[in-house]
Amino acid sequence: MADLKPVPSVLEHTLQLRWSLPFLALLLALPLAAYSVGDTFYVGMATRVLVFALAASSLNLILGFGGMVSFGHAAFLGIGAYSVAILMQNGIASAWIAWPLAILLTALVSLLIGWVSLRTQGVYFIMITLAFAQMLYYLVISLKAYGGDDGLSLAARSSVGGGIDLSNDVHLYYLSLGALVMAMVFMVRLLNARFGHALQAIRENEVRMTALGFAVFRYKLAAFTLAGAVAGLAGVLFANLNGFVSPAMMQWSQSGMLMMMVILGGVGHLYGGVIGAIAFLLLEEFLSHYTMHWQLGLGAVLLAVVLFAPNGITSLLKRKASHD
Amino acid sequence: MKLHHTPTLKTLLAAALAVAALSATAQSTEPVKIGLLSTLSGPGAGLGIDIRDGFQLAIKLGGGKLGGRPAEVIIADDQASPDVGRQTADRLVKRDKVDFMTGVVFSNVMLAVGAPTFQSKTFYVSANAGPSQYAGDQCNPYFFSASWQNDNLHEAVGKTVMDKGYKKVALIAPNYPAGKDALTGFKRFYKGEVVSETYTQLTQLDYGAELSQLRASKPDAVYIFLPGGLGINFIKQFVGAGLSKDMTLFGPGFSGDEDVIKAVGEPMLGMFNTSQWAHDLDNAANKKFVAAFEKEFGRLPSLYAAQGYDAAKLIDAAVRDSKGKLDDKAAVRKALEAAKFDSVRGAFKFNVNHYPIQDYYLRVITKNAKGQITNRTIGTVFKNHADAYAGSCKMPS
Amino acid sequence: MNAILILEQMLNGLQMGLMLFLLAAGLTLVFGIMDMINLAHGSLYMVGAYLIASITAATGSFWAGLGFGVVGAAVFGVLLEISILRRLYQRDHVSQVLGTFAILLMCNESVRLIWGSQPLSLNPPLALSGPVEIFTGFSYPAYRLFMIAVGLAVAGLLYLLIAHTRIGMQVRAGASHREMAMAMGTNVQRLFTLVFGVGAALCALAGGMLGPLLAVQVGMGESILILAFVVIVIGGIGSVRGALLGALLVGCIDTAGRTLLPLVLVNVAGAEFASNAGPALSSILIYIFMATVLFFKPRGLFPSHG
Repeated sequence: MADLKPVPSVLEHTLQLRWSLPFLALLLALPLAAYSVGDTFYVGMATRVLVFALAASSLNLILGFGGMVSFGHAAFLGIGAYSVAILMQNGIASAWIAWPLAILLTALVSLLIGWVSLRTQGVYFIMITLAFAQMLYYLVISLKAYGGDDGLSLAARSSVGGGIDLSNDVHLYYLSLGALVMAMVFMVRLLNARFGHALQAIRENEVRMTALGFAVFRYKLAAFTLAGAVAGLAGVLFANLNGFVSPAMMQWSQSGMLMMMVILGGVGHLYGGVIGAIAFLLLEEFLSHYTMHWQLGLGAVLLAVVLFAPNGITSLLKRKASHD
Repeated sequence: MKLHHTPTLKTLLAAALAVAALSATAQSTEPVKIGLLSTLSGPGAGLGIDIRDGFQLAIKLGGGKLGGRPAEVIIADDQASPDVGRQTADRLVKRDKVDFMTGVVFSNVMLAVGAPTFQSKTFYVSANAGPSQYAGDQCNPYFFSASWQNDNLHEAVGKTVMDKGYKKVALIAPNYPAGKDALTGFKRFYKGEVVSETYTQLTQLDYGAELSQLRASKPDAVYIFLPGGLGINFIKQFVGAGLSKDMTLFGPGFSGDEDVIKAVGEPMLGMFNTSQWAHDLDNAANKKFVAAFEKEFGRLPSLYAAQGYDAAKLIDAAVRDSKGKLDDKAAVRKALEAAKFDSVRGAFKFNVNHYPIQDYYLRVITKNAKGQITNRTIGTVFKNHADAYAGSCKMPS
Repeated sequence: MNAILILEQMLNGLQMGLMLFLLAAGLTLVFGIMDMINLAHGSLYMVGAYLIASITAATGSFWAGLGFGVVGAAVFGVLLEISILRRLYQRDHVSQVLGTFAILLMCNESVRLIWGSQPLSLNPPLALSGPVEIFTGFSYPAYRLFMIAVGLAVAGLLYLLIAHTRIGMQVRAGASHREMAMAMGTNVQRLFTLVFGVGAALCALAGGMLGPLLAVQVGMGESILILAFVVIVIGGIGSVRGALLGALLVGCIDTAGRTLLPLVLVNVAGAEFASNAGPALSSILIYIFMATVLFFKPRGLFPSHG
């Protein structure tokens, strides 16, 4: 009898080391390459891509794997970033104190927002998450003590100690890369565990999962909070990268941009957020060299993806079918 | 046995001289890179466009050169957003490695752009924004204002309103650093009653709420600092609500210059405003500038254009006086501080905090001989006026 | 607190609410009948405003600009629907959000390409740029009165159209139960295109009327789009009546928030806090209101789906 290879389940995901390891090696070598050419600006740019990849992946967790269309994800980035900035303003520069606090606060806020929002469905869920994000946005604008509309500068990057100096762009780059790798490994373990299986099944058919006795609300809330916390980490890295935080990073159009990255990369795929962020930002950089009107090209590419490459998108969110 | 010839002393010397000569010529033909980051979209676009046009006109009249070296101007749009401004400034100083930065219109953007610019030891020559933050205890050796300090034009109006005897004044400005500076400056010289001090949003264009509050509080004069599109909308709505019959409107030059006049027109006749420059100032540099600007762009220059022009002339003088050695930061700084150029506003000199000490004029909007609605200078409010913050500046050497 | 201030604020709130209604009406019908989230709705508003401003500048007549601009925008909307948006009806909400967001980006850049980055100026006709004395001691801008009149007229027309014509009946049927309406013989494709075209025309009308008050600039659609979504969620998706009520409520809350709230805050917490927190709090109020409405009536005030 022939050896039967087990058919991989739809719910199983792998790190796809065959191509992801070489790619990782490339990323590790990037700063060295930049230095040899003498162009250190691109290390900062690459760090930006990595942090966006982290943020987009966190959104992918709930959007792609959980089927929750959250239009307020950028708010969590903002909370993480502002926490670090405000603590810095009050003299707390140590990453060991500021970063866990920022992530904890973001997790708390996302828990609260999720607790209220996840009681709604469909377009109402989208609107409620949007509303909460806008409320936070306006709240931050009103706090003139923290810069308000004009934003808040960080006096310096967070201090880590032990030979790591974040004011060196290369150190920040490797730290961000490390965070992204850890997040990916964590995500694949999560998705392959019972929690991840249940989450994806909920995405496919919520009613059936409820009938089967799963505490659907709790699973969704847990995923939502987790995604928020990871977004908070991305926000922390952003604050350090830019040295500046402003309410603009929490606007709904920023959430829209994150969603675009996830969809571009492939919803429901492990590396969807990473690929999407890289593609989106590279496209932006490339196109903006040629024309001031690069958003036109970007919009066209996006529209084409939506219209003609639907497989990544239609396979999820069959909520319409399960509702009518 | 030696396998190669060792160069003789003569050949070495010749080679060294050749290299030196080559690098010297290379230096003098290497362009001066300017990062012109300004607001080129949205309601504030008119201001940025004027600054850009004035700046580029100066370079054109100088044969495309600054201080004898070809000029390369990289133009970018900050979209009046501190976020975008900071990221773009970062790119300009780190990737494009510009020698000078200029162009920012709004002070909130300026404060965000300042940090990465000064950190990379790039000189910033401001063609507009003059925040009080950089005039006092945060004064910076890399910041130079070729325009004014934010409070100044408003101080001049404050004095004018005081001298004209108005008893009850309502104040309106946008809620951002320059708006705060504006009303602080006004109140420094106006000592009468302030019935209301309202801060609006920088993005706000509908003033229905503020106008009905004015109607209720009945001041005899209204002072507005609403630059560009903000002022255009306010003045139109002010006149539309019938308030211009009961209250006199005052503004700084920002709310009473060519861009606003062009959009509002007749309703603005008779409005007083102050400025450090006017197109009818009688000096050779100004006459040349106004004529060239009108010929090139088909419109009269505003004070923003004049500031852009002067910023370019200042950089030109600095490059010339430091003999093109832009890596010698101390020399460039000295050259900038000396400011040996012919400003279109007449005499120009810097205070210790790198802000100008200059005269401020009173203008009124009337019809000129050609029937155009424009400003006419009717007097001088301040002579050799310095800003109020210079005392607390301890400029590091 | 004097009576004139309150009266003026009420009129301002009415004016703003009616303009919001023009935007929300089209949006709620598209959402209700075609079940499509259309983020490009704000772009229709922007394109309409630009067309009206350009035609007004070219012909010198505000009325010509308004008339031809609205027609032009309706044509643009119909073309957009036929070419691209039609394909998105069957898709899930995320695809619709992304597709229409892409269209929003493209519209923004195209407008910038054609008209430049500087805002266009649009002035009301001379006859309407002065004040009207409503009673002694109180003058109100004629232009705002005009906006109120137009808003009320459109609301009345829409009511007549929806409640008393055959097409209106099909629209109501389509909004409450699409499949049944199709089964009963409605030419769905034509209905959709018609609804979309009317929505685009209403957007353009709002854009042209608000243009002199705000600014005709790239991205003008984004801020008002979110408000329009809030309005239709409050009013109930698919219901024009709900859109009107929701818009009026949001308009009044926004106006009251911007005037009364700072006054209250000044007395309670001081001028500095009032000027910083006032505008932000009044924006937050609208979202809190929406959340409250959803809490008690999860499908809005007048849900049209049975």
